[in-house]
Amino acid sequence: MSTLTVTDPADVDTDRVGVAETLTQTMTLAWRATMKMRRSMEVMFDVTIQPLVFTGMFAYIFGGAISGDVQSYLPLIIPGLIGQTVLTACVATGVQLRTDMDTGVFDRFKVLPISRLAPLAGPMVADLLRYFIASVLTFAVGIAIGYRPGGGVLGVAGAVLLAMLAGWSLAWIFTLFGIVGRNAQGVQAISLLVMFPLTFLSNAFVPTDTMPEPLQTFAELNPVSLVITALRDLANDGAVTAGVGWALLGCTVIIAVFAPLSVRAFNRRM
Amino acid sequence: MTTHPGLAVRASALVKKFGDHRAVDGIDLEVHRGEVFGVLGPNGAGKTTMLRMLATLLHIDEGRAGIFGHDVRTEPHAVRRLLGVTGQYASVDENLTATENLWLFARLQGLGRTEARTRGAELLEQFDLTEAASKPISAFSGGMRRRLDLAASLLTRPPLIFLDEPTTGLDPRTRGQMWDTIRDLVRTGCTVLLTTQYLDEADQLADRIAVIDRGRKVAEGTADELKSSVGQSTLQLQLADAADLPVVADEARRLVREEAVLTPEARRVNVPLTRTDQAVDVLVALRDRGIAIESVTVQKPSLDEVFLALTGHDTHDTHDTEDPQDGAANRGADLPDPQMEDAR
Repeated sequence: MSTLTVTDPADVDTDRVGVAETLTQTMTLAWRATMKMRRSMEVMFDVTIQPLVFTGMFAYIFGGAISGDVQSYLPLIIPGLIGQTVLTACVATGVQLRTDMDTGVFDRFKVLPISRLAPLAGPMVADLLRYFIASVLTFAVGIAIGYRPGGGVLGVAGAVLLAMLAGWSLAWIFTLFGIVGRNAQGVQAISLLVMFPLTFLSNAFVPTDTMPEPLQTFAELNPVSLVITALRDLANDGAVTAGVGWALLGCTVIIAVFAPLSVRAFNRRM
Repeated sequence: MTTHPGLAVRASALVKKFGDHRAVDGIDLEVHRGEVFGVLGPNGAGKTTMLRMLATLLHIDEGRAGIFGHDVRTEPHAVRRLLGVTGQYASVDENLTATENLWLFARLQGLGRTEARTRGAELLEQFDLTEAASKPISAFSGGMRRRLDLAASLLTRPPLIFLDEPTTGLDPRTRGQMWDTIRDLVRTGCTVLLTTQYLDEADQLADRIAVIDRGRKVAEGTADELKSSVGQSTLQLQLADAADLPVVADEARRLVREEAVLTPEARRVNVPLTRTDQAVDVLVALRDRGIAIESVTVQKPSLDEVFLALTGHDTHDTHDTEDPQDGAANRGADLPDPQMEDAR
């Protein structure tokens, strides 16, 4: 015990947490989240098994009906599925946050002199890895069954980057649910309730022009549609179009609305 | 800022309400630098709630509190830098190993990579956890978990440590080890505020004790002062013949000037003693009068007896006003006797 001496209370730095500290703390908590992923691989099923199974399934089931044949459906469905899978992965973000907040370790985070933002931002940074895996796998399966992205390597890389950014943005919605939800099951239920319309009332699986008027309007303004359109532009044409701009704007709006709401709700509970 | 910088903890008229229930109902507390202050009380007394308020984990409804002169409500960040909290709630990450946990908390508190590693290793060594360093926490025993939890609170060498029921649920051997660890901690100059349900724990560790009941402080003093308020100990006798009980009562009155408590159905009698060695006087007198005794025990006062003396009701009564924050420790509630508790 001789090595232990106590810090003098007068020597303790009582300043607020700075930006550099917040960043270190966020990255440290991101590291914790990746360790958790590595220890329990089942949390990765939604970004591994799901792209593997869904990509083939959707292509072969809907391909003929919607686009005449599977090959011509692939440029439509592959970016659509990436949008859908990333959105599903976001749901897990909220549920996991709720589960985590219910454990004793979160109480310790609360009594540590750390940024109130880091416990939220940390896991979200780690989730970028999940979006990356999901989009790369979906592209890989697509290419294996005959998808030839016209945008080339650069276009696909751009699409993967955009998918990661979109996932991070959309995750703020589900993070808010995770914070305000009563328990993990409740968070899961409400998240699915929001996720399904966002997924299916979009251009992910079908062109929106066959939808009735009000649904069509929603589907076109749906940020998920904006992102998917941008993914198609990037992957299929390798073009940084106005669609990409709209997607980025949509993501920005979501962050601007849900990030402050989440942080506020979180601080009230911290 | 009116809080006194010379005190480690100063709280005045603290109140926490859960709906209509006043879990903490106007508690004053002063903990001096370098002392071990024990907060003693049954489940639901409001101990944990009070500690959570002081640790910035719960909003203070009324009153004010300061840690080394920093107001808990207006300067929570400064307070968090001065505090280490270990107990029923602050915990470690189940998904990480011991080494990884300490690394995580060290990095979060601004220790550099090398410093975090050496400090973690140092604490694991000190808490006898080096062998288990890379095992998953799920393989840890209760005692090992508590030690790791405490180690995680000491990474930045905080000058004040809160220990919330540090040994509840531990077996006697592990409890003894935990006590030694806490004593070592105090030797480094750390101020400790601990809560406990066990009089013997407060007795072993604390310089001063506050007894809390139903959200209020009912007594404060050293362990000896508290115990002498209920008599030092009790001589418990079981006689062969219940007819002899009045004789014992007579001798008690004559020798120790105390009123014995008779239980004729069980042929039992309890004699309160102000000094433990008076037991010998009573026993010699009974032998001289030829009274057959089946069993003899001399018991120190239990928390129950201290409580009865201080509040007029025993610890079980407090259950009606169960504090939701103390729920985790319910197991101990029905067996306030520390010796019985140890067997768990």
